[in-house]
Amino acid sequence: MMEANVNEPNRAASRTQAGAQSAARGKTQRVLRKLLLSEYFVLYLSIVYFLVLWPFIPRIASPQNLGNIFSNMWPLLAVAIGQTFVLIVAGIDLSQPSIMALVSVVGAAVMTTQLDPVLFEKSPLWGVVFTEAGGPLAGSFLAVPVAIFAMLLVGALIGWFNGTAVARLKMPPFMVTLVGMMFFSAFAIYLVKSENIIHLPESYVLLGQGQISFIPYSFFIVGALAIAAQWLLSRTVLARWFYAVGTNMRTATVSGVPVVRVIVLAYMLSGVFAAVGSVFYSARLAAGRPTLGATLLLDVVGATVIGGTSLFGGKGKIMWTVFGVLFFVLLDNSLNLLNLSYFWVQIVKGSVILMAAALDVARTRLLARG
Amino acid sequence: MSDVILSFENIEKSFFGVRVLKEITLGVPRGKVLGLVGENGAGKSTLMNLMGGVHAPDGGQMLLDSKPYAPRTPSDANDAGIAFIHQELNLFTNLSIAENIFIDGFPRMRWLPLLNRRHMRARTQQFLDAVELDVAPDTLVEKLSPGERQLAEIAKALSFDARIIIFDEPTTSLTARETERLFRLIDRLRSDGASIIYISHILPDVLRLADEIAVLRDGELVAHGQTSEFTINRMISLMVGRAIEQLYPERSAAPTATPVLEVQGVSQRGIVEAIDFTLHKGEILGVFGLMGSGRSELARILFGLDDHERGQISVAGKPYARPSARRSIDAGMAFVTENRRDEGLLMDISIAENIGLVALPHYAAASAGAVKEGRYYDQIGGVAESLAIKSGNIRQQAVKTLSGGNQQKTVIGKWLLDKPSVLIVDEPTRGVDVGAKYEIYSILNDLAADGAGILFISSELEELMGVCDRMLVMSNGEIQAVFDRSAFDKERILRAAFRENG
Repeated sequence: MMEANVNEPNRAASRTQAGAQSAARGKTQRVLRKLLLSEYFVLYLSIVYFLVLWPFIPRIASPQNLGNIFSNMWPLLAVAIGQTFVLIVAGIDLSQPSIMALVSVVGAAVMTTQLDPVLFEKSPLWGVVFTEAGGPLAGSFLAVPVAIFAMLLVGALIGWFNGTAVARLKMPPFMVTLVGMMFFSAFAIYLVKSENIIHLPESYVLLGQGQISFIPYSFFIVGALAIAAQWLLSRTVLARWFYAVGTNMRTATVSGVPVVRVIVLAYMLSGVFAAVGSVFYSARLAAGRPTLGATLLLDVVGATVIGGTSLFGGKGKIMWTVFGVLFFVLLDNSLNLLNLSYFWVQIVKGSVILMAAALDVARTRLLARG
Repeated sequence: MSDVILSFENIEKSFFGVRVLKEITLGVPRGKVLGLVGENGAGKSTLMNLMGGVHAPDGGQMLLDSKPYAPRTPSDANDAGIAFIHQELNLFTNLSIAENIFIDGFPRMRWLPLLNRRHMRARTQQFLDAVELDVAPDTLVEKLSPGERQLAEIAKALSFDARIIIFDEPTTSLTARETERLFRLIDRLRSDGASIIYISHILPDVLRLADEIAVLRDGELVAHGQTSEFTINRMISLMVGRAIEQLYPERSAAPTATPVLEVQGVSQRGIVEAIDFTLHKGEILGVFGLMGSGRSELARILFGLDDHERGQISVAGKPYARPSARRSIDAGMAFVTENRRDEGLLMDISIAENIGLVALPHYAAASAGAVKEGRYYDQIGGVAESLAIKSGNIRQQAVKTLSGGNQQKTVIGKWLLDKPSVLIVDEPTRGVDVGAKYEIYSILNDLAADGAGILFISSELEELMGVCDRMLVMSNGEIQAVFDRSAFDKERILRAAFRENG
């Protein structure tokens, strides 16, 4: 520390003072540094954000609002977990929202119990898949399980398609999934001519709205999936392959890592997890909606990246994504409580993401300095 | 004018509390070539970075023409007339030579905000003539060979009237002919009055070029004097701090007659032609060739990374079709690639996971199953220990923090968990210091004694002659000659390597 107090007449006093100051500063700096570099940084950030807002918006801590935040997390987390896999292999999946929309329509089409001919007569599925009396499994006890299975299957298929284009045909992930986003969301709208499919079975709707005391079902299911995903990403052979492919694909290839299979698997997981998210979102809406998730892309990528998963590949953890999602849901919730207009919400959200990105750069630089 | 152009006086520098330069006092002679040698980590690069304004010294000072010199940025150094020719070149490959030369200040038209292209071309042509590079100023740098790029970089140094030119390992990616041309150019720069610092691990080159030699060890200047006072052996013992009696370990076991790798008529148009050879158990078989002779390409084909049109490759008597890296590994092959940064290592990932990567599937029931970490890390630890990889904690420390030699040992290590029967190594000692080289030779020696067959590809003839039982010489994608150890003869091998087809 070069405390230049040379001009001060009372040198000794000022020196001790400066020494105490710099010692204190050194300590705060160390604590700040530790916080900034901690794995739990985003969790701390969320807590601080919450505590700072509490006096201004007391409603934020009401039991009902806390319940809201808690139940809003899990569907978004499901989708973000899928994104995490893809980011780790140095890809990106922009098609997730369109997967959510398409599988929401597919699932609803299978299990709906009644359709309005005025709305759906023009649909290409009319008379082929569904009629006035609903979907092919309308009223069957198999309707819900088969519908969910179909949703996951379609998610996996689109993921397989994306992954194959990226890994085997060496197309840039950004292009592949951007075009996928256009194609599949348009396709979902085309299938039902922009109409929502309602009259879904009660047991399905319960999946999105049901609770055990105040804990939503989605917590148990997505929570279990998150733990499974974390296990897959830390303990297994696949885990190490994911990170190897994301860090340096050429080294991975020479080392006998099945690079193509690993990348395809990452995109399939992304599709399946997007479908899981879609199950909960459309159950909550009690409808199959062809525009479901249309505004979610930024939330998903933003939450995952804020959590600490790198856009350049090779770095990421499910736990980080959990924190990122928590922060994002909290942000969204607080902006809603402030009664801001949609535009303001978007502006603030955008600024926060940008700040988070800047913080990430700062963290990376600190880490590099060792 | 004093006969010292730049002097270091009691220079001190520490990183993270580790002293990397200890009271260095050294004068760079004016109008001469100073050879600077030392092991990796001895402090050569740090010393040069002080000159180049990348770092500032913690203590002591530099004098340029007897005046204090304290550059704060690399452009300060350029302004003072100091130029670097780096190991990894610093040219924009997507721009032309002329644009690279004028990148710091493009000449403008007098009245218009446009570039004066004619002036740029004419000036560039002068510099290109000066370095005898026979290409047009508008040529894109990406179209140049590594040797030509280096000349272009020297041309750039000339463009700002560099008085001190620093060459850091300039010959690592040059062919023999390009190296010779570079040496002639250095001689000429010296006679034109430039002062030159030449840093290299290739000690004969240093002896050939330098007027004075300085040796660094662990941040200290251990010797500095006229070149006539030095021999290769003396330089090595100064660098290492002990006398090395021999550069190459004694072969500890003789090769057997059991074939482990048989290659018959392997061809790929334009790359390799009718390659035939057999590698035996316990044998170290050298492959020598100049750049572009097809030696590295052959290795990639053998390992299944690139295709071949005709021919057959058998490992342990079993031919295998449609090769891929995974199939080669399962057949018992291992491949230490030429470029450890891009193809050998995961730089940001721990040493342990790097060593484990190849054999990983053998430590779990399925790829989605849990890795048996106890056994996995035990055996990785065993490999790291047997290779003497210097690290505090192999599970925490990222590979990129290791020195070149330890990185190279890690690359070799990742193939050893599987106990390969065929090990292909391509330039395993590139960018590695003398001590680590000896260790790597010993590792290969031990592996051969344990029964592996080793295909040792290198562009350094001395090391192949020191280590191998037999040697194939390649040129133009063909095997031109095969020599037994008893028949190793530098001149005959080089003649075969330079042989043109037809």
